[in-house]
Amino acid sequence: MSHVVSSTTKTGAPPERKIALLDATAGVLVKHMPAISAAVGLVVLWQFVVWFFKIPTFMAPSPVDVAYAFQDNAKILWTNMLPTILEAFLGFVFGNLVAILLAIWFVHSSTAEKAFYPIAVFIKAIPIIALAPILVLIFGNGLAPKIIIAGLICFFPTLVNMVQGLKSASPAMLDLMRVLSASNTEILWKVRLPSSMPFLFAALKIAATSSVMGAIVAEWIGSSFGLGALIIEATYNFRSPLLYATVVIAAVLAVVLFFIVSVIEARMIRWKPAGSH
Amino acid sequence: MAMLGTAKLMPNVPQTEPAATAVSIRNLSVRFGDRNNEFTALSDVSVDIPEGAFVTMLGPSGCGKSTLLRCVADLVHISDGSISVFGRSPQEARESRDFAFVFQDATLLPWRNVLDNVRLPLEVGKHAQTGDHADPHELLAMVGLKGRENALPHELSGGMRQRVAIARALITRPRILLMDEPFGALDEITRDRLNEELLRVWQETGTTILFVTHSIPEAAFLGQNVLMLQAHPGRVKEFMKVDLPFPRSLAVRDTVEFIGVTAHLRRLLEECL
Repeated sequence: MSHVVSSTTKTGAPPERKIALLDATAGVLVKHMPAISAAVGLVVLWQFVVWFFKIPTFMAPSPVDVAYAFQDNAKILWTNMLPTILEAFLGFVFGNLVAILLAIWFVHSSTAEKAFYPIAVFIKAIPIIALAPILVLIFGNGLAPKIIIAGLICFFPTLVNMVQGLKSASPAMLDLMRVLSASNTEILWKVRLPSSMPFLFAALKIAATSSVMGAIVAEWIGSSFGLGALIIEATYNFRSPLLYATVVIAAVLAVVLFFIVSVIEARMIRWKPAGSH
Repeated sequence: MAMLGTAKLMPNVPQTEPAATAVSIRNLSVRFGDRNNEFTALSDVSVDIPEGAFVTMLGPSGCGKSTLLRCVADLVHISDGSISVFGRSPQEARESRDFAFVFQDATLLPWRNVLDNVRLPLEVGKHAQTGDHADPHELLAMVGLKGRENALPHELSGGMRQRVAIARALITRPRILLMDEPFGALDEITRDRLNEELLRVWQETGTTILFVTHSIPEAAFLGQNVLMLQAHPGRVKEFMKVDLPFPRSLAVRDTVEFIGVTAHLRRLLEECL
């Protein structure tokens, strides 16, 4: 009958990709615009208030003073940040590891859960500030007491969440595994651990920020290094810009840890929980 | 009327041909709770399921039809009587993968894609690698999910998830398929289509199917036989043959014969109340 003209549109891939990239960047900027403007606005307001009321620097330094403090004390800040990172990281790893292993034990033995859960709650109830001197007396001035305190702070939220997560597998799922004659180990690896991941990551995000806090609090008591020690020293010497710079670094450290955990979570958990109809 | 199958009760009839019986249930009783607060779920149930049969189980809620199915699957402890699955205890049958179970919920592992969910039975249990098994790709094609191997469960509709569950159940080539209201949570259109497909799968594989439902048309459409249970305590009301020719298509449900069967089942159900 008639001939069909097939038209193949040639797509200019590179320009399209460039535009897409620009779009994405602009999109991110637009999405975070309120947060960015609010943050910049607050810093400007702070600078303005310090100028306008002629507040002395030792009482509250202006953002510009703090920025100079970063420049002048770069080396001190850097050398004191490293031990704090190490303590927070090791505390995070060990605290969560112990919590996860304990949670797995609790799920498999109700006797263990009945015996040790109350003790875990009791340890959680001791104020960390009160625990720090005790640990310093036992372990001395080194890294150990700081790691233990950072770990203890991570431990409890992870334990509670992990126990709940391991128990979150539906009864039907466990029936299925029983029909398949799966062993307890297989059920743990194939069902319980994967279904606990969202619960675990909720706890790890809390732990990420609190482990930094734990390390710093531990450094307040009898330490000559770390961001915590620097905070104490800067306060007693009225070096307010340095104090503020240290606090900013501590906060950034916690946020970075939180961000890393979030990225790992997004990579690991691509599924949505079952039962959401 | 002639089209109604002769309703046949199967009390303690001794087995004449052991090889032809897939599941043999003898004087089965199941009681839950302790001595002070005991509840009898099933009382003195005896029935023989022939090999290759499609038996639907129907009854008012609380009649113990799901419990009976779970007894066969070794998920519920038997108080009295016995069950033999191809001459073995339910536990032995479970361990040698004689049967597979399909739940009302698809119970797919949400972090595994469709293909890995279908392959799950091959990865667990003592007989994980040894047994011969079906090709997962062929099974997925059979249930109409070719090309969706890499999809995650949350990306599928309820009907598709249940198809994956059926493919997963068939991967070990089970001799018996135990289905506990597998289409109960689906809409009617999806349910009708899956009913037709299940009949096709049954005819292609020759598997014995025990199918619990609370829908009268579903019980009549799918079953060669309907096992009617009554409640308080759960016991056999009737084990009747459905005299409709195979292969059946959905159109059979508009025939006088079909309506006769459903009317009879409805009458039986009312007697149970």
